[in-house]
Amino acid sequence: MATIFNDTQMTEFKRLVARYPEGKQKSALLPALHLAQDSFGGWLSTETMDYVASLLTIEPIEVYEVATFYSMYNLKPVGKFVFEVCQTGPCMISGSDNIIDYLKKTLDIKPGETTKDGLFTLKLVECLGACGYAPMMQVGKIYKEHLTKEKVDSIIAEYKAQAANN
Amino acid sequence: MGVKLLLDKANVPGIRTYDVYRREGGYRSVEKALKEMTTDTIVEEVKKSGLRGRGGAGFPTGMKWSFIAKPEGVPRHLVCNADESEPGTFKDRYLMEFLPHLLIEGLIVSSYALGSNDTYIYIRGEYAWITDILEQAIDEAKAAGWLGKNILGTGFDCNIHVQRGAGAYICGEETALIESLEGNRGNPRIKPPFPAIQGVWMRPTVVNNVETLAAIVPIINLGGEEYAKIGVGKSTGTKLISACGNINKPGVYEIDMTITVEEFIYSDEYCGGIKDGKKLKACIPGGSSVPILPANLLLTTAKGEPRYMNYESLSDGGFATGSMLGSGGFIVLDEDQCIVKNTYTLARFYRHESCGQCSPCREGTGWMEKILQKIETGKGEMSDIDLLWDIQRKIEGNTICPLGDAAAWPVAAAIRHFRDEFEWHVNNPELSQTSNFGLQHYADPIHVPA
Ligand SMILES: Cc1cc2nc3c(=O)[nH]c(=O)nc-3n(C[C@H](O)[C@H](O)[C@H](O)COP(=O)(O)O)c2cc1C
Ligand code: SF4
Ligand code: FES
Repeated sequence: MATIFNDTQMTEFKRLVARYPEGKQKSALLPALHLAQDSFGGWLSTETMDYVASLLTIEPIEVYEVATFYSMYNLKPVGKFVFEVCQTGPCMISGSDNIIDYLKKTLDIKPGETTKDGLFTLKLVECLGACGYAPMMQVGKIYKEHLTKEKVDSIIAEYKAQAANN
Repeated sequence: MGVKLLLDKANVPGIRTYDVYRREGGYRSVEKALKEMTTDTIVEEVKKSGLRGRGGAGFPTGMKWSFIAKPEGVPRHLVCNADESEPGTFKDRYLMEFLPHLLIEGLIVSSYALGSNDTYIYIRGEYAWITDILEQAIDEAKAAGWLGKNILGTGFDCNIHVQRGAGAYICGEETALIESLEGNRGNPRIKPPFPAIQGVWMRPTVVNNVETLAAIVPIINLGGEEYAKIGVGKSTGTKLISACGNINKPGVYEIDMTITVEEFIYSDEYCGGIKDGKKLKACIPGGSSVPILPANLLLTTAKGEPRYMNYESLSDGGFATGSMLGSGGFIVLDEDQCIVKNTYTLARFYRHESCGQCSPCREGTGWMEKILQKIETGKGEMSDIDLLWDIQRKIEGNTICPLGDAAAWPVAAAIRHFRDEFEWHVNNPELSQTSNFGLQHYADPIHVPA
């Protein structure tokens, strides 16, 4: 995949930059990295980060600094679907441990790993603001809440079907 | 039923769309503020309302607004803090998801009062679908003439932009948020200068919480004095509480701050009691940073008086026997919960979220996590408990931003009120791995178990 935004992505990039005052285009860095991550395979390679730096006319190091600080940027390739399961206090007291164990067993991976077929990555994360609907996980843009083992099974099936259809 | 000022229309079908919201009386406050009021009278009304910041610190909003510097020719900015990352807190999400136009309406009035022509909503990166909802609401409001150039023919221009964060609790702290908005790492700035003098791009900036800015709408509609009549003492108006943990009805509730904690937990209008008929053990009433309280001190103060869901009552007794209303993240723990484990997960959270600038916070949060994990997994020693106490004391008050305090307080309160449970873990390394200290603290004076 060439590291260059297509027309739609470039239009979105320009919209992001236009929100800030003249000369303050660096402010668009966080949103631009989200766009780049979504556009180039779900993670930020050095090549991708350098590309974003050149678009914003800032130094590559300024991009690396930011990309390494924020937890939503993946600095390594990830599976097609990333299951980010919340493990903080309120989720823990509502049974997130059981869901995490079940996911480990069902996917046969440890947190931080990706399944051999490249479909799923399991990530443990801290509070996502869904404490009242716990246990929960985030998959892409979507929150999956009130998780049970049955619900986890159907979520996995749903994404497998989605992958098979593409 | 208590008074509802923010969520009263939340269940109206289609309220998320502009047409329904407007039909239900939405955007009246913009008409009133822009056509009938000056920027000074708006700030006056907000002062009279007694509104206190809903992001956690409870600072009077009107006073904060009056501090904004107005140097000639320098643009000013209002920034809405939608970072909402304090464990237990999910009220802003609810408000933005179901009533996006209420926030936009509050933002227009507030931007006018502060003279912000470009206002930013900084939203936590994980709330991606809410970003879409907000952007749609902004487009609708703009199409209807409430945003853009020369709003209502008054000459006031205003645009609202939504910026997503990317996963960092520290970016909820207002100066870290400003750094992040500028495209930097979220390292809090040393104050002074305060944002009201030099904020985003070194321009005068006001940062307010989502709920605070939404509350501007009823304040303008009712008038500050009427708003101040709701509630009690310095806890005026209504407060959103996000309730979670081991209760029958987790969710977001709007309360007027005259109800007791007991009513909030046990009445069917709110939490509906403890789940599965279990007993209440403890509660963190204002987001993970505030002190945990055992059931007896939660429901009544040390003086034996009922405790109320407001700023003053929840902090009655100071940290010795009280807590704080904080962000309104209300976390309830039942008899089966382990205080050591709960404290460990919170310590892990703060270690993960420390930006690393100050050594007491960076090193201290790491040590607290490690020691708590050691005790939790049955490898702890008695001296570890004192060591924990010592570390938290050395963090508190010795850091650039309040995250250090926020990490220290939960550990301090857990040891203060549940020391015997920590000791039990140390004394019972094996038993503690398979069973639970349980309810030896149980002293709920009202709901005495059968
Ligand atoms: C570590 C830390 C995290 C914070 N997170 C938030 C947050 O997520 N949302 C918020 O509104 N305020 C948060 N605050 C408080 C803000 O710094 C600031 O006081 C608040 O946004 C001011 O708005 P208000 O006066 O309307 O409450 C946080 C503070 C600290 C120290
Ligand atoms: S207290 Fe912690 S989070 Fe705050 S500035 Fe210091 S190191 Fe960073
Ligand atoms: S603790 Fe899991 S979403 Fe808040």
